[in-house]
Amino acid sequence: MRQPDSLRVDQRAEAGPYLSVSNLVVKFPSEDGIVNAVEGVNFSVTRGKTLAIVGESGSGKSVTALAIMGLVNRKSAKVTGEVWLDGEELVEKPDSGIRKLRGNKMAMIFQDPMSSLHPFYRVGAQLSEAARTHRKISKKAAREEAIEMLSRVGIPAPRRRVDDYPHQLSGGMRQRVMIAMALINSPALLIADEPTTALDVTVQAQIIDLIGQLQSEFNTAVVIITHDLGIVADIADEVAVMYAGRIVEHASTERLYASPEMPYTLGLLASIPRMDRETNRLDPIRGNPPSPLRHPDGCVFHPRCKYTDRVPNRACFEVRPELLESERNHLVRCHIPAEERRRIATSVLGAGTGGGAAIATAGAGGTGPAAPVGGPA
Amino acid sequence: MAAYIFRRVLLMITLLFMLSVAVFFLFNMLPGDPARLTCGKACTPDLIEANRKRLGYDQPVLVQYQNFVGGIFFGRTFSADSPEPIKCEAPCLGYSFSRHEEVMSLITRAAPVTFWLAVGAFIIWLTVGISLGIFAALRRGRWQDRLTLGISLVGYSMPSFFIGLILYYFVVIQWKLLDKPEYVSPFEDLGKFLATMILPWIVLAVLYAAFYMRLTRNQVLEVLNDDYVRTARAKGLPERTVVVKHALRAGLTPIVTSAGLDLAGLLGGAIISENIFNLPGLGSLAVDSITKSDLPIITGLTLLTASLIIVANLVVDLLYAVIDPRVRLT
Repeated sequence: MRQPDSLRVDQRAEAGPYLSVSNLVVKFPSEDGIVNAVEGVNFSVTRGKTLAIVGESGSGKSVTALAIMGLVNRKSAKVTGEVWLDGEELVEKPDSGIRKLRGNKMAMIFQDPMSSLHPFYRVGAQLSEAARTHRKISKKAAREEAIEMLSRVGIPAPRRRVDDYPHQLSGGMRQRVMIAMALINSPALLIADEPTTALDVTVQAQIIDLIGQLQSEFNTAVVIITHDLGIVADIADEVAVMYAGRIVEHASTERLYASPEMPYTLGLLASIPRMDRETNRLDPIRGNPPSPLRHPDGCVFHPRCKYTDRVPNRACFEVRPELLESERNHLVRCHIPAEERRRIATSVLGAGTGGGAAIATAGAGGTGPAAPVGGPA
Repeated sequence: MAAYIFRRVLLMITLLFMLSVAVFFLFNMLPGDPARLTCGKACTPDLIEANRKRLGYDQPVLVQYQNFVGGIFFGRTFSADSPEPIKCEAPCLGYSFSRHEEVMSLITRAAPVTFWLAVGAFIIWLTVGISLGIFAALRRGRWQDRLTLGISLVGYSMPSFFIGLILYYFVVIQWKLLDKPEYVSPFEDLGKFLATMILPWIVLAVLYAAFYMRLTRNQVLEVLNDDYVRTARAKGLPERTVVVKHALRAGLTPIVTSAGLDLAGLLGGAIISENIFNLPGLGSLAVDSITKSDLPIITGLTLLTASLIIVANLVVDLLYAVIDPRVRLT
């Protein structure tokens, strides 16, 4: 069968990162003051690799994604820093320029597939619209592509489903349609903002698997945003943990699960229910994330951190920690000395940790792509 | 779909029946003797009694109602035993003895005037209201938005009799830009028709346009924050397509409901505009009949207006199913 142009996979091995974000800052002026949503985020993703950004609600992870896509309203928000996509800088680029990249070189899927598809248009029309926005193809060809994409995301009877309205599909099917729509122009970057949060647990694993499988087919760079560390264990190559608009820990997935260092990451991992442990009590992180209107002095996590006494001179309360390399390709933003951090991790997560393996099995369901490799770029 | 319409029509008939009962008995309980109103200064007690009999007001209310409903379906005859009986063909809404004419023919004569008035104003207010609403929404918080909102507030707060009188005074009397309004059918003399209608159209449209502008603005602002609009942007669609094809399509749906019902209400007569501009429409007829306590006309007009609104409700519901695929009429 002839493959439509858009579905031809770009097999070129990309040397450098496809997306690289440096010192990204997003501020929203509001009636109550300036909302500091993102405060200097750095990361990069290569084609074929997956970066997971993990954090609580309000940690700035979604705003980071929207800022990359140019979907933050520039009239109401102040975006600074640099976003490089395939050699083009996006922050300074005019709206019309970014628009041509959106849905074309970079695409995004959203949290709630129930409300993310237009209720008045047929699924096929919404898919072909995405194709025809960026490529000069006939309506008929676009429709054929839509059907082809629907079948590739695992929708049964795509030739019939293409004429359905979104409300006729289940949540999981709608998210598949969103994925099909995002990938119809074979973007080299896919950002998935909590793609499974609104779905049934049984469907979550399927969607994550699908993203992983399509990623290897299309050789896409994937940024997956989630608050669920369990979900990303299978699919992500690297994990960046965000807290209060900053990355607080960044490492390869293996490394992060095996030997987390930042107390916040420890807290996240300890909040995941585990079947292989004696204790039957979960250990949540106490308190709430700080208001983005006023971040605390010192380390932004200090009001919720149990280990501030391990640092001399009240540094946690007064000095902003830097994101520093703890080991090769393992970045941590914490004042506690590295040795001490590892001791704490061992005591919290159990001897020898090995949490990674346990969580990976408890997570997305086991049929994901090959074991995560690689480290932060 | 067919079953739905069938059921709705049945419901409509029931509703109209109940309405006719309510209207008929309510109006009959009003103080005043309808027979007294038939002869004015020349009245003598004998004449009143005679007229009461001719009109059927001497009979019990239930019988009167029965005659009224019978007249609608089969026609009826007034003063049957007099030398000159008045035959009122079905559908007979009654006979006005102050105007000496059948209510039905009075209504059919006045209805076209009101129809043109309502439809013309409807087109103007929808065009102006919706486009200004979209304009304001897209420039939310900027001076264009505030200016439009301000204008809308002024339009909304000015009573239509005030705007009407001001316009009439300046345009017709002071500046003599237009002739004194005198209604002619558009098929007879289109120029004169337009010259007569333009001011009443504006008066009616100002009030409604102000309302629709606010409604549209709020709708569009709400929809622009919806997830599927963000999806449309994420696809890389030009902003124009995002707004027109994705946001407006969804945002304007509730406006259809409002517009349908408003148009129906207006088709029952625009009392103030018709009176100021001397248009012989249903509104003028209603005011005149009320001042003369002409019960048959008032009853007939009330039933007509109510029917229009009930029909408009059905049409709006059907339209909804056409516009929004999620709506299933079952």
